[in-house]
Amino acid sequence: MNEHATHITSYKTLGVILVTLLSLTCITILVTSLELHVWNVVLALVIACIKGFLVVTYFMHIKHENILLKILVGMVFALFALIIIITFFDYLYR
Amino acid sequence: MTEKIEHIEEHRDDFAAKLGMWIFIFTELLLFGGLFLVYSVFRFAHPQEFHQAALELNVTFGAVNTVVLLISSMTIAMSLTALQKNNKKLSMLLLSITIVLAFVFLVNKYFEWGVKFREGLYPGSALMFKLEHGQLIYFSLYFFMTGLHALHIIVGMTILSIILYRINKGTVNPGKYVFLENGALYWHLVDLIWIFLFPLLYLIT
Repeated sequence: MNEHATHITSYKTLGVILVTLLSLTCITILVTSLELHVWNVVLALVIACIKGFLVVTYFMHIKHENILLKILVGMVFALFALIIIITFFDYLYR
Repeated sequence: MTEKIEHIEEHRDDFAAKLGMWIFIFTELLLFGGLFLVYSVFRFAHPQEFHQAALELNVTFGAVNTVVLLISSMTIAMSLTALQKNNKKLSMLLLSITIVLAFVFLVNKYFEWGVKFREGLYPGSALMFKLEHGQLIYFSLYFFMTGLHALHIIVGMTILSIILYRINKGTVNPGKYVFLENGALYWHLVDLIWIFLFPLLYLIT
């Protein structure tokens, strides 16, 4: 077995996360049905990021993983954010 | 007796197995990330046509599938918890529910695409080429991204079925469950991608 005790996520935590994710889904649908122009996109993406964060942290157990994995996951998302930012800098100031 | 145990002990590195799975997940994230980037750039270039095309999508189909995937993501996480807590039966039950939910997702997708196909809207159809350029790009991306995602659902179902078989056989057990862990990671990835696909394609108009 592993040297350090593996963390077992409780049923309760998983249930709470699911309820949160479902509520956030409802909020996204409500928010995007309003006419808020650019803010529709911003809000929908912010909520999607929160949902993604919850899935990665709790469902994918990153919260209780090795520091190496945490850093790697952070770097991949940072890399993707950079690609998006650089591409749009190019498009906006062309 | 002790000598025997030493011989049985196999070389095992669960962390390395998980690290490998994560590296694969990174490649998947960047694959879909690239598609999201293509989507964003074309949306920026054709805002009006993307708006028109996005209104054609049925939010209900998308919302139902979101709920199905989120629940399935929880059931597989619980399946791992159950196996870690030495409850093989519950673990297998929760894993089976996950596989059934994956199938429900595909059935729902079949009906969603079916409606579009009947309207004559599918890749390469005559109607697609009559659309404006931006709309053509939108629908091509819609079919490609949801299609690639559905392919991941099918692969996930296959992997989860193999894990179910192996838990039943006992080769995946409370002392050795990294295969279930990695299968669950793959399934969460599929859920994670959908979390972004749903607002981008269905909700933002």
